[in-house]
Amino acid sequence: MGFVFPALVLIGVFLIFPALWTIYLGLTDFRLTGLAAADPQIVGVDNYTAALGDERFHTSLWLTVQFVLGSAIIGQAGLGFSIAWALRNRTGPVKRVVEGLVLLAWILPSSVVAFLWIALLDRDQGTLNALLHMPGFAWLLDHPMLSIIVFNTWRGTAFSMMLYGAALENVPPSHLETARLAGASTFQQLRDVVFPRIRGHMLTNLLLISLWTFNDFTSFQITAGGPEGRSEILPVYIYNVALSGGRLGFGAAVSFLVLLINLVLALVYLRLLRGRRGAEA
Amino acid sequence: MRHARSLAVLAAAALSLTACGSGGSSGDGDTTLTITANAISGGKNAATADWTKNWLIPKFEEAQKAKGKTVHVLFQPNGVDDEQYKTKIALDLKSGAGADVIDLDGIWVGEFAQAGYIKPLTETAGAEVEQWEGWSQIPQAVQGLGIFDGKKYGLPQGTDGRVLYFNKTLFAKAGLPADWQPKSWQDILDAGAALKKAGVQTPLQINAGTAMGEATSMQGALPLLVGAGTEIFSGGKWTGASQGLKDVLGFYRQIYTTGLGDPRLQQEAKGRDKSFQEFADGKIGVLAEGDYFWRAVVEPKLGVAPMQDRDKTVGYALIPAKQPGAGVRGQDFVSMSGGAVRVLNPKSKNAKLAWELLSFMHGAEATKASLGGEARITSRTDVNDEVLAPDPMLGYVAEKVLPITSYRPGLAVYPQVSVALQEATADIVAGKSVDEAAAAYQKKLEGLVGGAANIAQ
Repeated sequence: MGFVFPALVLIGVFLIFPALWTIYLGLTDFRLTGLAAADPQIVGVDNYTAALGDERFHTSLWLTVQFVLGSAIIGQAGLGFSIAWALRNRTGPVKRVVEGLVLLAWILPSSVVAFLWIALLDRDQGTLNALLHMPGFAWLLDHPMLSIIVFNTWRGTAFSMMLYGAALENVPPSHLETARLAGASTFQQLRDVVFPRIRGHMLTNLLLISLWTFNDFTSFQITAGGPEGRSEILPVYIYNVALSGGRLGFGAAVSFLVLLINLVLALVYLRLLRGRRGAEA
Repeated sequence: MRHARSLAVLAAAALSLTACGSGGSSGDGDTTLTITANAISGGKNAATADWTKNWLIPKFEEAQKAKGKTVHVLFQPNGVDDEQYKTKIALDLKSGAGADVIDLDGIWVGEFAQAGYIKPLTETAGAEVEQWEGWSQIPQAVQGLGIFDGKKYGLPQGTDGRVLYFNKTLFAKAGLPADWQPKSWQDILDAGAALKKAGVQTPLQINAGTAMGEATSMQGALPLLVGAGTEIFSGGKWTGASQGLKDVLGFYRQIYTTGLGDPRLQQEAKGRDKSFQEFADGKIGVLAEGDYFWRAVVEPKLGVAPMQDRDKTVGYALIPAKQPGAGVRGQDFVSMSGGAVRVLNPKSKNAKLAWELLSFMHGAEATKASLGGEARITSRTDVNDEVLAPDPMLGYVAEKVLPITSYRPGLAVYPQVSVALQEATADIVAGKSVDEAAAAYQKKLEGLVGGAANIAQ
């Protein structure tokens, strides 16, 4: 007990207290400015019912689901695995250059990266439009979700690539060799030899990147949730209502709902992981 | 052992956190004061930032030195959208931090005062505030920018007025006169059509949508609304989905669904900055803005989108009512005005000295220096009398625009109503019908102002 006490204090101060405080704030009409900032009133579950009935919240939740599915699960995990698989037996400069480029996207500061992407996708002077010879095509206005999904895929693939790269080393080459000799196609090799071996890694990876993506705010720097909220994923929605709109109490309520969704997501993944361990035992 | 080390780490973390707080006095009897504004050298409101750093701070430190006090003044620059600046300042004040002297838009005074973030000047700095020589120089209407509930919270920096700017080169190409003065909304649309025919990329730019924030209300929805004979708040009631509002939305629709305006520019996250650049590049024919545009955007030297030939190329005209005589108070032409104020941080560790700085900043000498030879309507009559004459644009705003202008209601709920108004224009830009947008606005308004009883139809 003595040993864990400092850790418990840290968790209490930086995790549990803020979470409880969020719940409390979510029950008030607390605002950033005005009378309700000086003297917030308890409004009960009004904020929660308002959020659950708010069309903007529904849209935002749905956009977040698209964002997580598109950029994390399909994009980052898919692309990360593909790169790791393609590079698994390679050595030398090609592997180092590819890995270096992918890593670079991951380690650059987000404000720098956001600026680069605005420069890339800008409708008047954007690099992409210049390359495609289609001036005036408004990527960020006509396809805001697609833009930030591709952006986030590009941005976060490195983690999945590295994790899968390490995981693939756990697959004994002899097993793959045997499968190949038995005439298994690439798909069959992946399905029957590789995936069962790295299932734990895959689930852990998906858990982490889903949660990160769910709470990712970088896209704000590119589209600010616009136009007309068409790329307003939940973290951006919370920022817009709580800070720009000044409704801190309502924002806290939505934050708590997001916390619950995150918990559910985490539980699902953990269950799947435990199921796997049970099967192995 | 390990236990003790962890505690030491915790303590160190706690210490470094407290060390981040804004420093009051820095030992040796020296005092440090901080000023903040949404101004930055080489960027937004560069003239203000340069004046603060190059004139104000050295002069004030010198004046204090003469009194035997060593005072350091720091300037915290910002160069962001007004809404983001407001959020930042609100969070600063909420957490008991922030600069000693803070620049605010006058319209935020009400909500900041209600939140307790700012206090009446006499409460923060004492009774000497009332003795300041400057009060007698500031007209009542302008003082009102810093007043909430009858108490003075801030010193106004000046006021402004809104006009239609137009590019005379493009107008000549379209066969329109260089002394253009539209008499009705239809005249604006006709000019837009002529410009379009002459191949101008974006004939009209009337701010719309939520991305431009308060700029949409001040330069677009509100001047149009008073042009339709309706004020956003009058007689104790807010304006709902009235005929006036529908007229305004109808005008927006005519601009943004017929190719006279660029709907995309209203939606982009940096649309307003881009519209400035496009005007400077000769791609926009007519643009509605405050005198800020003249002195800080297309200004040839320090502007964010400088135009070397500004004085020759940029024309300006009064914003017309819907039809002659259809404006508020039966006016033919309308405008909206606001203005910035400077307030004291009630948590300032050196409130008296901060007041000395604030009143020094608003003295006649400092006000004159802040102009740097440029045109701006200051809060001080004595300075205006001296500097008004040479600049035609400044004279125009002071003589023609200020007498017909309107002000926003200084109520804490106004910023939220303003957002609802911006959302209504965003709906139009996105292609919704006037009735749909007006109905959605009415519904939001009812939620904001406490029911239909507070809304005039």
